[in-house]
Amino acid sequence: MEDMLFYDRLQFAFTITFHYIFPQLTMGLSLLIVFLKWKYLRNNIEKYNNAAKFLMKIFAINFTMGVVTGIPMEFQFGTNWAKFSELTGGIIGQTLAMEGMFSFFLESSFLALFIFGEKLMGQKLHFLTGFLVFLGSWASGWFILATNAWMQHPVGYEILDNGKYVLQNFSALFSNPWLLPAFLHNQLASVVTSSFVVASIGAFYVLRNKQTEYGKLFLKTGVIFGLISSVLVAFPTGDWNAKNVAKYQPASFAAMEGIFETEEAGAEIVLVGQPNMVEKKLDNKIAVPNILSFLTYQEWDKQIAGMDQFKEEELPSNIPALYYSYHIMVGLGTIFIGVMALALFFLWRKKLYTLKPLLWTIMFLVPFPYIANLTGWYTAELGRQPYLVYGLLKTSDGISPTVSSGNTLFTLLGFVALYMLLGLLFLVLVGKTINQGPKPQTH
Amino acid sequence: MEVFWYIAIAIVLAVFFILDGYDFGTGIIHLFFAKKEKDKEVIAKSAGLFWDSNEVWLVAAGGMLFMAFPTFYASVFSGFYLPLIIVLWLIIFRAIGLEFRGQFKYQMWKDIWDKSFGVSSLLLALFFGIALGNIVRGVNLGGVKNGVSVYEGHYFFLPLWDSSFSPLSDTPGIIDWFTLIIGLISVVTLAIHGANWVILKTNASINKKLKGVIFKLNIALAVLTVFSLFVWQIVNPNSLDNFMRKPYLIVFPLIYFTGLIGLFFIKKFKKESQGFVFSTLLILGGITSSLASLFPVILPSINSVNPHLTIYNTAAENYGLSVALNWAIIGFILLIVYFIVQKRLMGGKVDKMDYGH
Repeated sequence: MEDMLFYDRLQFAFTITFHYIFPQLTMGLSLLIVFLKWKYLRNNIEKYNNAAKFLMKIFAINFTMGVVTGIPMEFQFGTNWAKFSELTGGIIGQTLAMEGMFSFFLESSFLALFIFGEKLMGQKLHFLTGFLVFLGSWASGWFILATNAWMQHPVGYEILDNGKYVLQNFSALFSNPWLLPAFLHNQLASVVTSSFVVASIGAFYVLRNKQTEYGKLFLKTGVIFGLISSVLVAFPTGDWNAKNVAKYQPASFAAMEGIFETEEAGAEIVLVGQPNMVEKKLDNKIAVPNILSFLTYQEWDKQIAGMDQFKEEELPSNIPALYYSYHIMVGLGTIFIGVMALALFFLWRKKLYTLKPLLWTIMFLVPFPYIANLTGWYTAELGRQPYLVYGLLKTSDGISPTVSSGNTLFTLLGFVALYMLLGLLFLVLVGKTINQGPKPQTH
Repeated sequence: MEVFWYIAIAIVLAVFFILDGYDFGTGIIHLFFAKKEKDKEVIAKSAGLFWDSNEVWLVAAGGMLFMAFPTFYASVFSGFYLPLIIVLWLIIFRAIGLEFRGQFKYQMWKDIWDKSFGVSSLLLALFFGIALGNIVRGVNLGGVKNGVSVYEGHYFFLPLWDSSFSPLSDTPGIIDWFTLIIGLISVVTLAIHGANWVILKTNASINKKLKGVIFKLNIALAVLTVFSLFVWQIVNPNSLDNFMRKPYLIVFPLIYFTGLIGLFFIKKFKKESQGFVFSTLLILGGITSSLASLFPVILPSINSVNPHLTIYNTAAENYGLSVALNWAIIGFILLIVYFIVQKRLMGGKVDKMDYGH
């Protein structure tokens, strides 16, 4: 049983990590594509249209990968987490079915039209299809986060005698106080990722001295969107989320921030340190006193519960992993703001395109928004442990009772091998597309 | 309310098998009949332009099943664990085969992805048929041994096959001779459907030959169908009860046989769309007849300890189902609109359409 739980969790973590690489780019990228297409409608300069269509090619590759890695996610609820599906399907099935029906259909139908239909439709309709792709991909995020929000902070339900969760109030699913901040934070983070990708492609073109016209456009667009979104990710949405965790999951909050002992006169904010689970303290700590209390409650000396206030079984099951995930996310977010602010400053001074060290930095920073997004996701999910539905249903009570660990291990290995192949092919394809560039080569 | 959702999901599933069914079929055609590069390319294109918008119907069906019949979803998905995960891998291989074959000009590269597309389409068609075979045959629900349920209630786990390879054993596997026959029927049906799609959507040079292929496959299908009706009675003796009680249900098998008979005249068809209409009837009739023979059961239990899974004992509570009805009506209207818009703009032959850059 222990094995089984471990392999099930590992398989879900692995497949969702790989899956989430793709939608986080498509969600943000669709916004940039709509922006460029809108610029083209306004000023009729061909460059913007070509740039939008080029980014849509990258979007399409990512979308395909997102679809083929997303179908396993839906299946796994039934195959690996049968008990969880049976108990909660009446509730989270609502949001998942809505995702399939409203957003996924919208996105995939209009993506095909955007790619193949420009000549048939004229520019205004073409813009509209691009906008509908954007709407579909963001609605997708909304429904998935509504599902997750219910697992983080269950609302509008009733538990029957047989343990089943029954929906009592449909609108509560979407007015869940957890949902809006999580959604905004997540979407803005996906804009950060896509801005970095676009800026990175731009930096590559400028440094290689090819497609420089587009290189400059991509740099400019990426840097402006990148700075705005990285600031908004931290404040107000990140702050708002942290306050939600403090309010609804105080034990997770203490573990995230690394507070082992409650300080009566206000909590310090930990910048660096390693959780020592044996002595229950942080090693090599660098911290600023009272800041955490202020950030959380706007009062310098407000007490924040430390991990000593909670029973062992209420605490997240893997405290160091949670702590590091959270601190990596916050640390990277801070770096993004710094780099993008610097880039914008030099853009304004008209020096960015010739400033090689900064261009190299932008080009090579591209994996880090992905890491920040994933560690952010881990923070939410590890914080929810040991529960599947926070405070109500233990993760160990949600797995499929009839599937043995050997089967899960076998399928896990299969997924690992297959996804490595997919990842490799993906990189080859994206590399090829970027290398070709937006300006069509004459045959 | 349960009946409404049952019908809604059945419709979405049928649409999935009609739409993605031709994708699978083009893969089988591609594997066995396409020899010239020009044909290979245009056949792959006739599936490649559409597969992702067809696959969304599977996602929608999955989501609706999860919401409306969570107990069924949970027991069937964990019970058919291995084949379902294998189906997932095949879906991935098929999709990347289609998306990647045109990306590089090297012959070896194309050959690899052509095989990936063809073989995984063939196996998917086979597996979906086998899945249907399992559902009409029934499973050892609750994993009963010596009259005692090994797992709580409705959970079960089927191995890929049982040593006896017989559907009549107490613990049949997923593949036995009965489900294999249904699997073959599915492969032949979808191959016919795919061939009709290729004729409809392309100007490939093998289109003429394909009409002959369809004729031959249709003979095979007729033989297999008659044979399966016979063994079906052995495997599930109650399968005709519903048709006796409610004679109007016979309309579903009639749809199937209309398709089957219609396809014998494939060479005479003036319009290319007619063949596709008849193979669509074949799929529609096949799925609806199987479901009608079981209704309201959705997974028969072959032991006497555990009751059948029906739409009533696996459904979510009424409030959830009726709320979902409200948004589903809006959803269905939108689906129909998207579908019409898309088919209008993507209509016509695919040969000229831009694909794979």
